[in-house]
Amino acid sequence: MPHTASSPLVDLRDLRLDTALSLLGHVDSAYPSPAGHTPSQYLQSVIDGLCDLSLKDPLTGLANRRHFQAVLEREIDRVTRSGEAALLLMLDIDRFKQVNDTYGHLAGDKVLQNVASTLSNCIRPMDTLARYGGEEFAVVLPACQAAFGKAVAERIRRTIAATPVRIDGSTMLDVTISIGGAYALQWIRSTTLLWTDRADHELYRAKSEGRNRVCIEEQPDSTVTAEEKGMLFGPLYTPSGWGDLSSMTLNDSAH
Amino acid sequence: MSDAPSPTPTVTTAPASQSPQGARIIAVTSGKGGVGKTFVSANLAAALTRRGLRVLVLDADLGLANLDVVLNLHPKITLHDVFTGKSSLDDAVIAAPGGFSVVLAGSGMVEYSRLTPEVRNQFLNVIQTLTPRYDVILLDTGAGISDVVLFSVSLASEVLLVATPEPTSLTDAYAAIKVLAMQQKRQHIRMVVNQTARPGDGRTITGQLQQVLERFVATDSGRPLRLIHMGDIPADPAVRDAVMRRQLLLLQIPGCPAAMAIAQLAGKIEETLLSRTTA
Repeated sequence: MPHTASSPLVDLRDLRLDTALSLLGHVDSAYPSPAGHTPSQYLQSVIDGLCDLSLKDPLTGLANRRHFQAVLEREIDRVTRSGEAALLLMLDIDRFKQVNDTYGHLAGDKVLQNVASTLSNCIRPMDTLARYGGEEFAVVLPACQAAFGKAVAERIRRTIAATPVRIDGSTMLDVTISIGGAYALQWIRSTTLLWTDRADHELYRAKSEGRNRVCIEEQPDSTVTAEEKGMLFGPLYTPSGWGDLSSMTLNDSAH
Repeated sequence: MSDAPSPTPTVTTAPASQSPQGARIIAVTSGKGGVGKTFVSANLAAALTRRGLRVLVLDADLGLANLDVVLNLHPKITLHDVFTGKSSLDDAVIAAPGGFSVVLAGSGMVEYSRLTPEVRNQFLNVIQTLTPRYDVILLDTGAGISDVVLFSVSLASEVLLVATPEPTSLTDAYAAIKVLAMQQKRQHIRMVVNQTARPGDGRTITGQLQQVLERFVATDSGRPLRLIHMGDIPADPAVRDAVMRRQLLLLQIPGCPAAMAIAQLAGKIEETLLSRTTA
């Protein structure tokens, strides 16, 4: 529907945008219709800014739990449909309470921010990294094959352990994390709650086995390799050996 | 052991013929859907019933029940009502056309398609209550390798895997066998090959699966899982006919090749799994 600045659908001056604008840091935009933008364009940018805020953790800039939940839901849909594997990792900073108690909450925040930035350098663009709550982070890794999950998680763990955090001019803190992981399996219609539960359970195991380690739920290996298929079908479906069987299969495979 | 009063006389008071160890639990499963798993469960149940056995088929495909479709049943009370406490288990046990009993899952079971500890316990309770009343319980499990399938299979002492000669079915059957060998430490799995083109196909296919298993699937015991070929069900147009009419093949066309194969399969199952002569 065409509309011009002279006949706006919404007059911005009628809206109470001050809270939104202060949230977005636009404190100087007292009159909310900067030149060069139609009111709807301007409003769209405010909405985009608010959406962005509502999906981010303010301290670390990572996805927040709300955003992560939506990503998990989508990933479960995708896995159910495609049968691909996806790995969920829950990561928790070891003995974080001691950092807060010993060095104060500002130091704690610094550790969170540094860990967050180290973690974001460890993952692929397609992965989603979130601050799950407190000192707990979560990563969902789409299309992560069972054989690689442990290696990916180990790499993350090692990188964090090798990156001390400077909390003030003279103090460097060694930080470690424990990681628990669970796959969303093909064939399974799961829920985000149960998926995170399983990963959390593994995280608990990593903690109780001494921290600074990775525990990933063992999954039944249901993949069939090309080699196995070759051996399975080779003798059964060659024209020489099983001509009847293969032609029957072609004709009767309607169901 | 339901404490709710039941309108029908229950069989919890053990009949004289009751076997001391209760029913033999056989999981009927498959690597993929659409290979005739439910068709085999229902007709095998009818064939075993005809041999004088007390048979129950439990729809263990919690999310996607099909037994009602195959048997043309419209149950008012299902496992869902039992799980939610609305009905007693006795009311959920219904009579199927072939003379055996069934417990259906009901469409509301979708919410149970994940195996929470509660579902696990409910399921165990149901099985434990039913076991003393029957000679055979067939668990019609879901297809594939979900945790519900693995759990229901783990309750069974025997696994009957249904596959067809199609390559996709065999690949998925192989994947399922592999998981059962590794995850459940099964020593053997019994095979039924459905829709075979000629005699001997099923045995050849089972032999081939066995060879691949021995080559690629390591077990803790060091001994490979053994596949036991229990029989073939030949491709038979009568099957489609019965399925479309939602009738049991064994009742509708008992003389057709597929029905006779299922009767033979029942004989073999009774002989190998259910003979109480050792008692």
